[in-house]
Amino acid sequence: MSTDLGRVVAVARKEFREYRRNRFIVGTMLVLPVVFLVLPVAAVFRLTASTPHAAIDKQVGSTLLTTFIIPVVVPAAIAAYSVVGERDQGTLEPLLTTPVRRQELLLGKALGAIIPSVLMGYLFFAVLAVAVRIGATQHVVDLVWQPSEFLAQALFSPLLAGWSIWVGIGISARSTDVRVAQQLSTLASLPALGVTALFTFQVLSPSVTLAVVLALALAVVDVAAWWAVSATFDRERLITGHSAMPVERP
Amino acid sequence: MATVSAAAAETREAAISVEHLTKRFGDRVAFADVSFTVRAGEVFGFLGPNGAGKTTTVRTLGTLITPTSGSAVVAGLPLCAENAQEIRRRISIMPEVPGLYLRLSVAENLEYFAGLYGLRDSAPRVHAALEAVNLADRARDLAGTLSKGLRQRVGLARALLNDPSVMFLDEPTSGLDPVAAREVHELIDGLRRRGTTVFLTTHRLEEAERLCDRVAILNTTLRTVGRTDELRQRLFRRTLAVTTGAPLPSPGPLFEAIDGVEAWSSDGPGGYTLTVSDPRGVAPAVVRALVSAGADVVSVSETHHSLEDVYLELVGSREGGE
Repeated sequence: MSTDLGRVVAVARKEFREYRRNRFIVGTMLVLPVVFLVLPVAAVFRLTASTPHAAIDKQVGSTLLTTFIIPVVVPAAIAAYSVVGERDQGTLEPLLTTPVRRQELLLGKALGAIIPSVLMGYLFFAVLAVAVRIGATQHVVDLVWQPSEFLAQALFSPLLAGWSIWVGIGISARSTDVRVAQQLSTLASLPALGVTALFTFQVLSPSVTLAVVLALALAVVDVAAWWAVSATFDRERLITGHSAMPVERP
Repeated sequence: MATVSAAAAETREAAISVEHLTKRFGDRVAFADVSFTVRAGEVFGFLGPNGAGKTTTVRTLGTLITPTSGSAVVAGLPLCAENAQEIRRRISIMPEVPGLYLRLSVAENLEYFAGLYGLRDSAPRVHAALEAVNLADRARDLAGTLSKGLRQRVGLARALLNDPSVMFLDEPTSGLDPVAAREVHELIDGLRRRGTTVFLTTHRLEEAERLCDRVAILNTTLRTVGRTDELRQRLFRRTLAVTTGAPLPSPGPLFEAIDGVEAWSSDGPGGYTLTVSDPRGVAPAVVRALVSAGADVVSVSETHHSLEDVYLELVGSREGGE
């Protein structure tokens, strides 16, 4: 059986409609990026031409790392709501009685979380890059305006968001409380930042080849996470709290 | 051979056929060894007290829950994991709580589900479903602004979207006021006229009596299945209630001499209950005998047993005994 994209789009469209009217989700999407934008940018602008290059490298590394926090943290919070939120408002059972397949449902939910998160991440990086270009010292500009940094942003933002989303949905499907699900999801998604920290702190020398290899590895992890979450998405357990048992044959 | 043909015909006409179905959660038995058939186009009532296993049965037949043992055919397909998606396409389930997205409008709720059912060009379907429940003028209202009764109607409209061959309604009038409940009853009557098979779980007995062609009574195991009048006849002896202006001086010889009267008892001064083989046939003879004996006949009427009596006989007394 193939995945029906119409159903995936239907789920994603419903998610977008709900976000628009849910102050909590809109607030989560807006407040975090603003906080992460103001503080690191301010820190970068405090750097002067006389600041030692090692200190500048460290600060720019921290600031660039924060650009990846948005596509990790924002979708984790949204994805954590995806299943337990449906259960909370009593819509889970009607939803599960439809012919939607679990892969379609989860893909639609993921699409609904990844698009705003990644767009938010890209926007944040664009604002940072432009601000740096206009007002930061030349060494800061040189560090930020590297092809490998732009490529890393383009590739890693959706892939990191993907990881956060599958972790978030997986936790959401096993939680009974929205707040606990969101806290656990956010914590569980943070280790993914380790990959980008290797770049931003230049533990690994940034290069296009390395960025592509790491991105491919992350993509494989994301697809595996999708299948793992789909495989454990059990209608019976979601409805009754008990996993389905094999049918006894006489 | 004739029996085989009749059974085959019944299976063909069956919208739901259940055989020895059991569901256990660990050591707890939700329902056990349940067998029944629901004919295409009938409104089938599924009655039982809280915790009897009604909702679990609906969830099992709706492919949300895997049965522990037994088999079933739903909407023409054997109940198994391979057929689950196709069964869900052919049926619809309205849970006890309609479960609407309160931040979405009524139409947006229905559009979403039309998409999940894979219905292309959903607008006419959404409009038709809302027309069917008299809510077309509320299409743009947010679901969160609707009363409980109206939300229930939106839930019904949603269940109509895929034009299901079998519709499961789980306690559709639970928590509704009498006016809203009556509206839901009218909608179910409408479904019957459309030829939709309705599987109605309820513990409102007057609702089942009014709406259902046949009922099943479940209390973990199936206690009975049949038309309500059949159940009454099966469970209760047929009786005539006789009231006279004054107590009869010797009722025994009088009643025992009437053909068709099997037994009698006194219910107080001037009140008697006669157990009869055929109430309509025996009543005139009873009146004639009373008049001949000089009694003043106030009334002679057949005693009616309600579905509640049947229910209490099957569930209440056994619960008490358990």
